[in-house]
Amino acid sequence: MSAPADRRAGRRTRVRAGRTPWILVVPAVVGVLFLVLPFAGLLVRAPWSTMGARVSDPAVLSALWLSLSTASVATAVSLLFGVPLAWLLARTRFPGRRFVRALVTVPLVIPPVVGGVALLLVLGRNGLVGRYLDAWFGLTLPFTPAAVVIAQVFVAMPFLVISVEGALRGADRRYEEAAATLGASRATVFARVTLPMVLPGIAAGAALCWARALGEFGATITFAGNFPGTTQTMPLAVYIAMQRDPEAAIVLSLVLLLVSLAVLGTLRERWVHAR
Amino acid sequence: MSRDARGSSRPDPGTGPGSDRGPGSGIGHGSDPGEGPGPGGAASGLDAVLRARLGGFALDVSLTAAPGEVLALLGPNGAGKSSALRVLAGLVPLTGGHVRLDSRDETTTAVEHRPIGMVFQDYLLFEHMSALDNVAFGPRCQGAAKAEARARAAELLDHMGLAEHARTRPRHLSGGQAQRVALARALAVRPRMLLLDEPMAALDASTRIDVRSRLRRLLEGFDGVTVLVTHDPLEAMVLADRVAVIESGRVVQEGVPAEVARRPRTAYVARLVGLNLFRGRGDGEAVVLDARDGDGGPTRVAVREPNEGPALVAFPPRAVALYPEHPHGSTRNVWRSTVDGIERFGDQVRVHLAGPPALVADITPAALADLGLAHGDTVWAGVKASEVECYPR
Repeated sequence: MSAPADRRAGRRTRVRAGRTPWILVVPAVVGVLFLVLPFAGLLVRAPWSTMGARVSDPAVLSALWLSLSTASVATAVSLLFGVPLAWLLARTRFPGRRFVRALVTVPLVIPPVVGGVALLLVLGRNGLVGRYLDAWFGLTLPFTPAAVVIAQVFVAMPFLVISVEGALRGADRRYEEAAATLGASRATVFARVTLPMVLPGIAAGAALCWARALGEFGATITFAGNFPGTTQTMPLAVYIAMQRDPEAAIVLSLVLLLVSLAVLGTLRERWVHAR
Repeated sequence: MSRDARGSSRPDPGTGPGSDRGPGSGIGHGSDPGEGPGPGGAASGLDAVLRARLGGFALDVSLTAAPGEVLALLGPNGAGKSSALRVLAGLVPLTGGHVRLDSRDETTTAVEHRPIGMVFQDYLLFEHMSALDNVAFGPRCQGAAKAEARARAAELLDHMGLAEHARTRPRHLSGGQAQRVALARALAVRPRMLLLDEPMAALDASTRIDVRSRLRRLLEGFDGVTVLVTHDPLEAMVLADRVAVIESGRVVQEGVPAEVARRPRTAYVARLVGLNLFRGRGDGEAVVLDARDGDGGPTRVAVREPNEGPALVAFPPRAVALYPEHPHGSTRNVWRSTVDGIERFGDQVRVHLAGPPALVADITPAALADLGLAHGDTVWAGVKASEVECYPR
């Protein structure tokens, strides 16, 4: 039998799945267009001829470096505090656990600007805690790169906590029981059994956290200010550029888009497909 | 498996500290051999009374087992046998009772400090570790140096015939191999009690026989207490020295497998071991069965030996002969009955009779053809008194 005949036979024998309902297809297509079109706009309006010179502008590079480094530090800090917090929420019972859980998610829902104001009130030079940091240690946080990191952690850590807590709840606890019967203390169980089991969840949470930190705007500009070279991250630079030189804003946006896609793509390749 | 290979540092009751130590016995687990058996040193092995609330019902069982003995907890699904094992392991808290192991009270000991090794139903090998690292995990947790733990693990795997799979990840092991790794992992902590939760359940039927005989040899070489949970009577009979049948959180029968198989005490056990079982009261040569509603007159079962008082009678389905008419012969138990169902049973045919007494009879397909039986037909069932086992209730 020839190949086309085969194919025809295949068509005849295939079970007909029924028509895909237009009431679902049309909104889905509109949704996709809505999400993709803005990026197309960026690509179309980009000043391709002067791209090289603009990208290698020291101001752009310094903003990019600041963004990448602060987002990475913020992710590391979030991991350091967020993973134990997620473990506590998922694996222990203590009074007020549900309340703590709700508190953790608050930064997810409040506008970041409000978060920035709150941070300023607490950690600012005259803030509740900042006052003592200044008096005792001579530490002034606002308007420094450290403030950028703090603002990013405040906004991004909840993503990590929620994601890791979900992974912990989804993990089969019987493996932890098996480890306990073999003489493992709770700390050992966590380090040698739980952590490796939820690693994909932690990686996903960290990626989400990093992406959120990279895009942070409101809390950063409120708490850390907008000083080129010290606290002006890429999103702030884009916003400022938009006021005086829209083409520069387009270039910065494209760079930010490419960098975040590249990093997340690599992580995904490494963590999702390695397993 | 040899006694040496397990290298148990558990002190044999009555012997001094340091005796009967295997290679690498430096890996202790907090049970200092110097303590020896407590007051009344004869009470070595397991002595446990377990009371716990489990979802819908209460667990209340008492279990004992001597060192080297394999105790099987047999029961239907949801009877509480796995929960009993989890209570023994310390994974589920007790509401009452105690767990004593070799005269030492372990009732409140944390899971990680109990001198136990547990094999879970689906083995729960750590996927991110090689077989060797899985086995070395316990000794490492007990403070052994990495090299020492790995050497011990390698030795155990070698004895399990798994030397060439030491570097294999659990997902690449067959069911039988995974079970052996799980056993090696449990034994690596030198437990004084081995807890096995349905160790055959995850295996397919073709490998089960082989794995079972291997497990049996291994358990014979283990000198601590073994508690095995199973719902398969054959597994209990083959592997265990003693069987405790658990129904609805209580032990309903306990004894050596042969005794349980011959003299079941509950309908569940009778069904498991394939016997017709009736409750009644002995009045000399016969037992009068407890009347059930609508049964009409009392049913009498003639038995081998004179019998008085509350009794159980049991006989196997193959001891029941079926006749189209009332038989004339030496058979002393003859009941008129109707056919309630017919099914294939191995190379026999199992005929369910409505009674009284309600029973099952196994006959050959040829006999069935001769009798020409169908659902609802009337038939005479005969059982010789010599085939009827009678024992006090």
